[in-house]
Amino acid sequence: MEVDIWQKIYQKNKEIATALSEKLREKEILCVNVLGSPGIGKTSCLIEIIKRLDFKSYVIEGDVEADFDTVKLQKLGINAVQIDTHGACHLDSPLIEIAVEELSPEKGILFIENIGNLICPAEFKIGEHIIVLIVSVTDGSDKPYKYPLAFQKADIIILNKCDLLPYVDFDFDFFSQGVRGNNKTAPIIKVSAKTGEGFEDIIKYLEKLC
Amino acid sequence: MHEYPATVEIIKIAIEKSNGKYVKQINLVVGDLCGYVASSVELYFPIIAENTCCENAVLNIERIKPKLKCEKCGELFERELFSFLCKKCGGDGFPTDIGTEFFVRSIEIAD
Repeated sequence: MEVDIWQKIYQKNKEIATALSEKLREKEILCVNVLGSPGIGKTSCLIEIIKRLDFKSYVIEGDVEADFDTVKLQKLGINAVQIDTHGACHLDSPLIEIAVEELSPEKGILFIENIGNLICPAEFKIGEHIIVLIVSVTDGSDKPYKYPLAFQKADIIILNKCDLLPYVDFDFDFFSQGVRGNNKTAPIIKVSAKTGEGFEDIIKYLEKLC
Repeated sequence: MHEYPATVEIIKIAIEKSNGKYVKQINLVVGDLCGYVASSVELYFPIIAENTCCENAVLNIERIKPKLKCEKCGELFERELFSFLCKKCGGDGFPTDIGTEFFVRSIEIAD
C-alpha cells in the first residue's frame, strides 16, 4: 500500500525558523543571516558595519571550533555569543533559538555570522529576515557560477577586500554577470574592511529595513 | 557531509507514517541543487535503517535536474557551465525552484 507524504526533510527546521523570525519582528529586531566562505572577512565587515550603525547591534557567532571572533567583538563592547558546532557545517534554527534566549536582544539588529562555507548555510533558514552574502576579490570572480544557491538566496552582496583589486586577477564584469544570472535584484556593494571604504551604502540599506 | 542527519530525518518520517507496519519502499525526491548528495543518502540508509521497520526497505530516489527559466521566451532549460543564457533564444535565464527539491514523496508499506 502506498502512503502519500510529500514532506520536506527539514520541515521542522523551517517551522522553528519561521516562528523565530516572527518573534524577532514583533520585538522590532532585524535578523540578518551573514554568509560567506572562511577568511573573506565576515567578522571584520560586521565590525565596520556595527560601528557605523545607529541601532543597537547583537551578534551570534557561528564557528566549528574556537571563539576568537566573539572575544574580538566583546572587546569592542558588542553583545555577542558563540555557537561552536563541533563539526557541523551550518547553523540551524534550534541552535539559534537557544542563542537568542541567551543573548536576549532588544530593538535593533541581530547579526548571525554563519559557519564559513558557501554551500550548506544557504540551505537552512535560521530565523533571518534578510541574507547578507560576503565574498572577497581574493576568492576569484567565478564564485557565482560555482556556488549558485548562496547567490540566489542573498538580499545584498558585499564584495570585500576591494583595496586588493590592483593586485589580484578579479574580473568584476564576469563576477557581476554571474551574480545577475542568479539574482536580479541584490545590490553588489564594494567595500574594504581594511580601509573602511564603501560601508555607507550598506548602512543606508540596513537602516531602511529597521 | 550533512547527509547522515538528513537520512536520520528521512527514516524518522517513514517510521512516523508507517503506522507500525514494515516499510517496503521509500520514494524520495532529490533535486541536484538541494545541497544533499543522493549517493551519500544511499550510503547511510542501510546503516541507519538497521533494526527499524525500514530495515529492508528499498530507497527509491528520483533525481531532479535544476532548470532556469528564460526571461525572454519563457523556456525552461538546464544551464551550461559558466553560462545562464537560454539555449533557444540567448535570453537571460533566472533561477526556479526546479532542482531544489528534497522531500519524501511517499512510502510503500506492507499490507
